[in-house]
Amino acid sequence: MRPFFALVRRDLRLATRIGGDALTLILFFVLVAVIVPFAVGPDRVLLARLAPAIVWIAALLSVLLGLDRLFHADHEDGSLFALRQAALPLEAVVLAKLAAHWIATALPLIVTTPVLAALLNMSAGALVSTMLALAVGTPALVAFGAIGASVTVSLRRGGLIAPVLILPLSIPILIFGVGASSGQATPGAASAALIYLSAISLLAVAFAPFGAALALRMSAE
Amino acid sequence: MNPPLAPRRLVVADLACRRGEREIFTGLSFTANPGEIVLLRGPNGAGKSTLLLALCGFLTPAAGRIDWQGGDPERDFGEDLHFIGHLSAIKPSLTLAENLEFWADMLGGMRERVASALDLAGLGGLADYPASVLSAGQSRRLALARLLVAPRPVWLLDEPTAALDSAGDRWVASLIDEHVANGGIAIAATHLDLALTDASRLQTLRIGSRQQ
Repeated sequence: MRPFFALVRRDLRLATRIGGDALTLILFFVLVAVIVPFAVGPDRVLLARLAPAIVWIAALLSVLLGLDRLFHADHEDGSLFALRQAALPLEAVVLAKLAAHWIATALPLIVTTPVLAALLNMSAGALVSTMLALAVGTPALVAFGAIGASVTVSLRRGGLIAPVLILPLSIPILIFGVGASSGQATPGAASAALIYLSAISLLAVAFAPFGAALALRMSAE
Repeated sequence: MNPPLAPRRLVVADLACRRGEREIFTGLSFTANPGEIVLLRGPNGAGKSTLLLALCGFLTPAAGRIDWQGGDPERDFGEDLHFIGHLSAIKPSLTLAENLEFWADMLGGMRERVASALDLAGLGGLADYPASVLSAGQSRRLALARLLVAPRPVWLLDEPTAALDSAGDRWVASLIDEHVANGGIAIAATHLDLALTDASRLQTLRIGSRQQ
């Protein structure tokens, strides 16, 4: 397990050092929520109803924006070749990078959600269920994103292609995520959505390392 | 000082590689026994780097066979091998020591060797500086220091002395010499003239001579 945690630690260090993206992504996440009231207008009831959806779209965009760097930086400086000689299968390397990426980008978003709740007139109940849904759903976003990032790793200008590839795949996560966040539907609907969201997350996290590792192997050919 | 390495023997038979549609080389055969060095020579574009990538298992050969015999059957072949390519695999925002400690952990090496490896690479005084301060030659020295923190029987080196000064050339030559004396295999694409203690360990493989 030592190589696994060494990789998680290194990626967290890289994300938080100067030049890392972690803080920029949080700012982006907050700013998306800040501009929505300007576009929608100062209707507090409407904002409260839209709030979970806005938070989810902001989270989706922030996670996808950060994905470009997931494998690309390691590919460019040759680390990916060296990682393939690690005392760790490539699938586990991908999983370690996923874990680090989730901690560095998705976890701060979840922690920042109360700021958005204040801006969007969200009720305390909706805030709690949104944070829970984000915690359950973001691993799936990161896992789908890893597949997109690995497929485009050797493209010189792959920066925008990965999000475009992944965004359609993320629609089920968005549907169940927002469903689990807003308690307006029929009783039991939110918890059912949360269960589906967990299922998607578990499946995505289980399969993504294999898919991404396969794509990374093929990209070296 | 090094623990004995489980020896590997390399047999390459009638190997052909292509990148895309282009045939790089065909009909390449050679054998490397533990304790031997294979120097790859040939003009630019002859396929030296391609051969090294194929030997790593990163490229599937178009024809022929690459056979790494022996070694510990419990270990994946990739864990027996160091590949140092053109790219240094160094993160500029981490310090030199952090970079090397990471690779020591990752490659199953020894953290306690990091300080001495940096000293041997001539980078001892820079351990706590971010790697962004390094020159091209110093980056190469740091990349080569990976060889020292994680002992592995097979070294595949692509132009290991690129950007190095003459003292660096001598350092690399002594590293390779010591490695093969310990029973390792080194396969290097280099124009360096190695001054080996035992010249019989050296074989030179010319690639791409048919184009000349």
